[in-house]
Amino acid sequence: MAFKRSDGRKLTELRPMIAKVGVVPNADGSALFAFGSTVAIAAVYGPRKLHPQHMQNPATGILRCNYDLLSFSVYDRKRPGPSRRSQEISKVTEWALSPALYLESFPSSVVDVQIYILQADAGTRTAGINAASMALAHAGIPMRDLICSVAVGKNDKEVIIDLTKEEEDYKEGEGSTDFAVAKLANSDEFSLLQLDGKIQPEVVSKAISMAKDACIQIYEIQKKALKDCVEGVQNE
Amino acid sequence: MSSMEISSLAKENLRKMFSEGKRFDYRGLLDYRDFEVTYDVSNKAEGSARVKLGKTEIVVGIKLTVGAPYPDSKDKGNLMVSGDLLPIASPRYESGPPGFNAIELPRLVDRAIRGSEMIDLKRLVIKEGEKVWTVIIDIYPINDDGNIVDAATIGVIAALKKTFLPTLDSEGNVDYETKTKNKLPLSEETAPLSFSFYKLGDSILLDPTREEEEACDSRITFGISKWEGQYMINSCQKRGEQTLNSEEIAKIMDIIPKKFEELNKKLKKFL
Repeated sequence: MAFKRSDGRKLTELRPMIAKVGVVPNADGSALFAFGSTVAIAAVYGPRKLHPQHMQNPATGILRCNYDLLSFSVYDRKRPGPSRRSQEISKVTEWALSPALYLESFPSSVVDVQIYILQADAGTRTAGINAASMALAHAGIPMRDLICSVAVGKNDKEVIIDLTKEEEDYKEGEGSTDFAVAKLANSDEFSLLQLDGKIQPEVVSKAISMAKDACIQIYEIQKKALKDCVEGVQNE
Repeated sequence: MSSMEISSLAKENLRKMFSEGKRFDYRGLLDYRDFEVTYDVSNKAEGSARVKLGKTEIVVGIKLTVGAPYPDSKDKGNLMVSGDLLPIASPRYESGPPGFNAIELPRLVDRAIRGSEMIDLKRLVIKEGEKVWTVIIDIYPINDDGNIVDAATIGVIAALKKTFLPTLDSEGNVDYETKTKNKLPLSEETAPLSFSFYKLGDSILLDPTREEEEACDSRITFGISKWEGQYMINSCQKRGEQTLNSEEIAKIMDIIPKKFEELNKKLKKFL
């Protein structure tokens, strides 16, 4: 019997995506990105002076990310404040985004990226990275490229894209694998690789190429949202 | 990664050497240092081990407590991996609240162990829905000369294999002074191992010393096990700003099964 996904999607089909720029007017740049019912917002503040002073780098500006779930974004209320999980995701998000940025022109300063999840249905870090990448572009930070991020994974033996929470909890056969990936949109350079589950080394390249294809679609949606916001300004 | 303490001259030299496939200690880029495992670090622990990988030394202790199961896994015992980077082990470590590295180490080990299903947590239930064993793994580097994640995973596997349950009286109290002959319910087939690949320039290497590690720009750690006769990647995490391309990922996938066999064979001598 052919493998069927619980929401009827094809193996390579992403959930409907929403991308919007300018969702936090106070910020220097901001964006929203959704994969189905996973919704992330990101805001960028800076480049601005970095405090505490001892963290300043006279050679370059630095990127500082903060990711967290809002307390009501999950069924079991998440206690507010950083957890070990959110601290780890904040750090890998920084590493995922920084290869796209030119911060050398902003010595001793910081670009702060705040990412919050409004509603969680798996893939929150990848949605957050997509939102943050758009927010950085919206803030006018010099960038080599946009960063596109998606979770590819496996249910039993079937490689699938953009897993829902239900798919992440899949238990049959080889169970579920969740493989969060981010890359520079226009080059074969991966800046985030994070995996949990059970996947054969020889299947990884298939997963990677499926993620690459998905990133092409994500890139188009990110670009469109950024262009729309510029056109919106012109029309006013 | 943390090139704060290494001079740009040393880094440049290492980059050049690695690109020629050379290392200061004459190892190949993918060679591990010799390691040894000993036991009985503490007779108060239910299991413990000390691993020495080159000059890197790590102690691991396993404690068992009785507690309530997590609400989302009532039919399973609990697993907790923790530890700290104590300032005894390196001038790089500082006292105070755990920094990112201290948070990351146990999390990486946790995901390798959990993903491999090496511990049969279902067999750690004492009374379903009410009372289960909690396995607490604590990891402390004693001397950090690089590659602590891979070394810690070896230590944890060894310690788990030599862990005995304490006595449980009829009222459910634990008597830690009398150990039973019952071992933890562990999979016979497999135990996970960690492989951390480090990147400097275009070179990829395994098992760096502290100096090599400080020169590197990024690291990607894999937790690998065998499951129904197949190699399985159970966890992976990249750190550092340097990216990897598909070719490099494919190369690493090729190396992993060979390295797993090689290290597993060495480890079995100590189990």
